[in-house]
Amino acid sequence: MKFTEADVVARVETVTVEELRIWVSEGWLVPESADDGPVFDEIDVARLRLVCALRQDLDLADDAVPTILSLIDQIHGLRAELKALAAAVDQESETTRARIRKAYRTAKGWER
Amino acid sequence: MADNPYTVLGVPQNASQDDIRAAYRKLAKELHPDLRPGDTAAEERFKAVSAAYAILGDADKRARFDKGEIDASGQERPEPTFYREYAGADPSGRYRSTAGHEDFEDISDLFEGLFGQRRAGGGGKMRGRDRRYHLDVDFLEAANGARKRITLPAGGSLDLTIPAGVQNGANLRLKGKGDPGVGGGPPGDALVEISVTPHPTFSRDGDDIRIELPIGLDEAVLGGRVETPTISGRVAVTVPKGSNTGDVLRLKGQGIRRKGGAGDQFVTLKVMLPDDPDPDLEALMKTWRENKRHDPRAKGTES
Repeated sequence: MKFTEADVVARVETVTVEELRIWVSEGWLVPESADDGPVFDEIDVARLRLVCALRQDLDLADDAVPTILSLIDQIHGLRAELKALAAAVDQESETTRARIRKAYRTAKGWER
Repeated sequence: MADNPYTVLGVPQNASQDDIRAAYRKLAKELHPDLRPGDTAAEERFKAVSAAYAILGDADKRARFDKGEIDASGQERPEPTFYREYAGADPSGRYRSTAGHEDFEDISDLFEGLFGQRRAGGGGKMRGRDRRYHLDVDFLEAANGARKRITLPAGGSLDLTIPAGVQNGANLRLKGKGDPGVGGGPPGDALVEISVTPHPTFSRDGDDIRIELPIGLDEAVLGGRVETPTISGRVAVTVPKGSNTGDVLRLKGQGIRRKGGAGDQFVTLKVMLPDDPDPDLEALMKTWRENKRHDPRAKGTES
């Protein structure tokens, strides 16, 4: 699904078009830039809802928002790496996985 | 039947609306699923907290709940969709950041080149990397919109449309204009950061344009038609009789034009005397001063 500025403002009722433009220019959202204006997809809309939640539900100041977004982006980056690593380990034989499990528990200090 | 919303938010029956809002915000900071991407239990609790706040946060609904007219489960809101569901699933991962994990490479050579680097390993499909560029755009191009071409360091070029009203620091994302994908994967995007060069005459305030327009003493006293620059050319504007420095004229629709509306131009007048002293003007002022007693500091300068 693709959305224009007007679609986005209609879907996310708690945002004004002015706010949306400011947040895009701040780089909080990075919609695709097409000839007749920005094009948002579903992840942009979900991220916009997150920005609204941070400001309204969590009552965070505007200057705290980029910090939180950056931390959330880093968490998702790390989670993606961790998932890829787990998927790679999963490809291995049971013997290898058992060895990795043991080495992991040792690294965590649970086993010697 | 859902739990009693007062219990869910942990507030007494006689709590004020402010207390309820504060209790909700505290719980939201603790439980919001996007702040706890892997925690599935938090999501259930957050939904319960949101549902409770949907009733108690609204004084009318709260009163109806207190009178027993609605129950706690009667306020189901549409299922919220959290960002984490998209961020975790997005194959392009364009908001994900893997900056700053180089230290992992010290621990194990397993991590060497793992984080953030996209290598063609095992013939897998891989999205191409995003490319970042920077483009200086002059004030009028940013205000009116323009077509620009970026010459790429590696040869070739990139055409892009600067949308009218683009803000300084905005990032334009051109889909598929980054590095090619690997193994049949999609290409990355080009991200172009825009710097808007300031203009000596115009300044911007959202979609409105502001300028300071010098006028002569005669134009200020007698009024008249004068020309003013706008972002789309010069237009004539009527200066009312008796205008003063600081008076503001509004030119409707002469600001930044976008789909669905345009900003205005605000012209702040500035009365300017001739550059060289003028004997006629001095003679006129002497007569005027003898006949009229006008004290411009009679008000507004109390100390």
